[in-house]
Amino acid sequence: MAAVGAAARSSRRGFGSRLRKLWSPIAETQGLARVMLVAGAVITFFFVVLALFGRWIAPYGFSQYQAGGHRFPQLAPPSGAHLMGTTVESDDVLSRIVWGAQTELKVVVLALVFSLMLGVPLGLLSGYFGGVWDRGLVLVMDAFFAFPPLLLAIVIAFLLGSTVSSSVVTAAIAITVVYVPQYFRVVRNHVISLREETYVEAARALGARPFRIIHKYVFFNVVQNVPVIATLNAADAILLLAALGFLGYGVQPTEAAEWGYDVQRALSDATTGIWWTGLFPGLAIVILVTGITLLGEGLNETINPVLRKRRVVKVVFPGKGTGRVE
Amino acid sequence: MSVVSVRDLRVYYGTPHGPVRAVDGVSLEIQEGETLGLVGESGCGKSTLGRGILGLLPEGAAADGEVVYGGRNLVTLAPRELRELRGPDLGLIFQEPMTRLNPLLRIDDHFAETLKRHEPGIGDAEARRRSLDVLGKMGIPPTRFRQYPHEFSGGMRQRIMIALALVLRPKLLIADEPTTALDVIVEAQILGILADLKAGFGTALLLITHNLGIIAESCDRVAVMYAGKLVEEGPARDVFAEPAHPYTRELLESTISLATTALHSIPGAPPNLLEPPSGCRFHPRCPDAMRVCVEREPVELRLDGDRRVECWLHGPEDQVSDEGRRELVREEIAIADEA
Amino acid sequence: MQTRPEAPPAEAPAPLVSIHGLKTYYTIRGSYVDRLVGREAGLVKAVDDVSLDLRKGEVLGLVGESGSGKTTLGRTLLGLVSATAGSVVFEGHDITKLRERELRKLRRRMQIVFQDPHASLNPAMTIGESVGDPLRIQGITRSRADIRSRVAEVLERVGLAPAEQFMEKYPGDLSGGQKQRAVIARALILAPVLLVADEPVSMLDMSVRAKILELLLDLKRDFDLTYLYITHDLATAKFFCDRIAIMYLGRIVEIGPSHEIYENPKHPYTQALLRAIPEPDPRRSVPRDLPRGEVPDAARPPLGCSFHPRCPRAFAVCGWEARDLRELLEARWAQAGEERYEAERALVGDLAVLETSATLVRIPGGRGHDAGELLTMLESVRAEDPEEPFWRGVRRLEAGHDHVEIEFHESRAPRPLPLGEVEVECHLYDPDVAAT
Repeated sequence: MAAVGAAARSSRRGFGSRLRKLWSPIAETQGLARVMLVAGAVITFFFVVLALFGRWIAPYGFSQYQAGGHRFPQLAPPSGAHLMGTTVESDDVLSRIVWGAQTELKVVVLALVFSLMLGVPLGLLSGYFGGVWDRGLVLVMDAFFAFPPLLLAIVIAFLLGSTVSSSVVTAAIAITVVYVPQYFRVVRNHVISLREETYVEAARALGARPFRIIHKYVFFNVVQNVPVIATLNAADAILLLAALGFLGYGVQPTEAAEWGYDVQRALSDATTGIWWTGLFPGLAIVILVTGITLLGEGLNETINPVLRKRRVVKVVFPGKGTGRVE
Repeated sequence: MSVVSVRDLRVYYGTPHGPVRAVDGVSLEIQEGETLGLVGESGCGKSTLGRGILGLLPEGAAADGEVVYGGRNLVTLAPRELRELRGPDLGLIFQEPMTRLNPLLRIDDHFAETLKRHEPGIGDAEARRRSLDVLGKMGIPPTRFRQYPHEFSGGMRQRIMIALALVLRPKLLIADEPTTALDVIVEAQILGILADLKAGFGTALLLITHNLGIIAESCDRVAVMYAGKLVEEGPARDVFAEPAHPYTRELLESTISLATTALHSIPGAPPNLLEPPSGCRFHPRCPDAMRVCVEREPVELRLDGDRRVECWLHGPEDQVSDEGRRELVREEIAIADEA
Repeated sequence: MQTRPEAPPAEAPAPLVSIHGLKTYYTIRGSYVDRLVGREAGLVKAVDDVSLDLRKGEVLGLVGESGSGKTTLGRTLLGLVSATAGSVVFEGHDITKLRERELRKLRRRMQIVFQDPHASLNPAMTIGESVGDPLRIQGITRSRADIRSRVAEVLERVGLAPAEQFMEKYPGDLSGGQKQRAVIARALILAPVLLVADEPVSMLDMSVRAKILELLLDLKRDFDLTYLYITHDLATAKFFCDRIAIMYLGRIVEIGPSHEIYENPKHPYTQALLRAIPEPDPRRSVPRDLPRGEVPDAARPPLGCSFHPRCPRAFAVCGWEARDLRELLEARWAQAGEERYEAERALVGDLAVLETSATLVRIPGGRGHDAGELLTMLESVRAEDPEEPFWRGVRRLEAGHDHVEIEFHESRAPRPLPLGEVEVECHLYDPDVAAT
């Protein structure tokens, strides 16, 4: 019993120390990296809150055009009742922004999960085993990579549109197809360099099977890069989703609010001097994408040991004046 | 005539936990044409000292004290002026030659670039003549002058790097573990070349290494470093024959050579330079430690035969009380704390 | 304090490992075109026909410089690298013929300690996990408690005590010596009979080396292990090993009991290695009479005896070839000064003909120069240093109408010769070869 308890305690301690290992470089950032990290985190967090608590934050539903029997005014400018105005269909812009946040994040997180589940294992296997399968996979992935992303996404969305009922899922799959090659490539390259490490050879010398080596010896060392790529991809994915929505291939308006779609609808309004229907969705896209990018770049500066600049403390020499600092 | 005079040099690295005292008050002199060996184990600060003399310290490091060259203090010199000195006056050779050689440039381009940078008036023919001359002394034939670095073996690249440092005829060459990565026969060849520097070029050499055998064979004088301090210094012959400092003695005994019949090691590990031990930094591991060694840092003493040592065993007599002279009682160092 | 290890009993039973005619060749990937067309650009004979026996309970040293093949031999022995030909028989199994699956089971019995302690441990696993992993990998036990207790036991045995303190640490928190102890622990937890130590102390400080070597000797005694000690450092090998095999470019040039090798080295390469070791004795100065040059490119080894271009005692049949002439000329021109170099270089029409292993070469005369001038130049080189071993290899040196023809003596590959307790591969000791 005691042994089990001890073992359990040790694994928890192990987890805690692993967490501390991850956190320490983040705590030690300074300068520009720190600013980016904090700013990005705050902005992203803000939108995440919007997404999670949309139900309670948004004053109205995403396609609600009336309340209490009264239809909302059409194309009304921002006012007390409608803080960001209304659209031509009498939808409250503010509500659509909030619900839109939920859509964006839902789709992008889904796409991220799919991409990771496909790209990372394929990269691991391909990188470790090499050979004919590896060459083939690389060819396929490079082919996808070579496609203009938006075009590829449209094609996929178009093809899947008829079979898959939920446009949210369709959009997520379309985005996944665009980004899987990136994860595959990054993971594969890292695995190829790690494959030659002494500790991997040591594992072979111990008689470990390839899958165990990949799991215990390669995977955890490779996975460090992934959060950075994932964050930067997320920013890109939001733009891609908005573009799809703009063109009408993304999330369909019947299912959910989507910023890109709103921007497209606002095009005709702009000619008549109505600015609130287009500006707010547009701003939302820009700010969210910027926030996630800042977070990603900040993480990159932090985690990537080459770029990392530890906090440098000015040295004071005891007993004499300060010397020259290089 | 001393080429470089280091006086009470301190190099600290700034960290969030406090300064790491990599070099903590080192003084030494390098005479013209002399080969001084700087020996110590990893983490003792010898590399930092070598780079500190040249001012090649990474960000976050600060230097204090004096490094006098040509009447000027290099520590306080403006970076631009210091840059002018590196090369024509002060040269540096690293352990890994590929760090200095550009894989995209042919060897002749390397030399041309170096010469033209520091001696702008030099003509092409003269540059070629000098380059071939110094390469020849290193055993690199002129037929290979137009090849790329990757076409040479490790040993040859190291010779090219030495040649590149020497072509400017510096007064002082600092070699940081120049042969550690090389095979033993090649190592001996290159040490022979470095030993001939005096004769051929009159260059003083500061040879930084952890290998005592190399120092014994190729250096005039030796300086022993431990935990950022210079514990002993003197003519190589005398120091090896009769080491004054216990660490030097222990290090010599730990060195495995063809004559070794029994293994010897020093218990414990080099100290943490963030919080070095009080008093003498070697006292936790010293077999001859006395009470005073914990209380106060030893002062520098001059011994006969142009030797220096920092150790209470040698006095000065008037500063050590009878109480202080008593043997230090310590708890045994667990293997777990060993290096 | 540890003194010399005890030698195994004189009458040895069947060897633990029997290596016979082992060859490990690597093909070199050439240029892109080569790869496209499927042409092999060359072969590196990392291990070139090595035969030796490893007796139970002994410490056999494998000594050599870079390119000697010692590391590859160690890896091939363990099946980490595939052999090209030959056999490695360990406990009745031929390692070279086994499939990976069967080999894995055998891995319990033979383990390896690597050179770089900082790279041998998985940075993502704690010491406890790393050292305990072999037990899981080999399926010896699954129980967490059992693994933990075995790990604690072996950690204490290698000196990492208290074990609990070290089990939770990551490799990054340990010093070099401590890491190496952990690596040894990991190798030992499976209770192997054979341990290959690949430069186990060369990356550690002097004062730490002795501790790790002491540990290895203790463990050998306590667990009845057999070691294959791979190193470039003859000094530690002398202390640590019972028998020593000196390797050069994939072949064993000399093998015998430690004391014989050190007191009475026979092969010129062994002699040079011993002279070159730095000794902390200031009365010695840097040895000057060392072989010139470096270990040649393993992809294009010299003809005949691989050591002949550097050997001070080489003679007619050692394998002289065109490349040796080129090296001779280059060494001369390095010293000659620019004018002399230019003058002499002009006499040679094409240096590239000297890039081959041919024993009969025609060197065209330089443009505007008579071939006779080239001949005169070569003759004067010979006259300046007639003792240079190269000239003993030249059978004929004549001038044609526009070229100089040089013919070398036929080369013979050296074969292993028994000489008392030692075996040497060197023509100097071959009674069948007349030493001219």
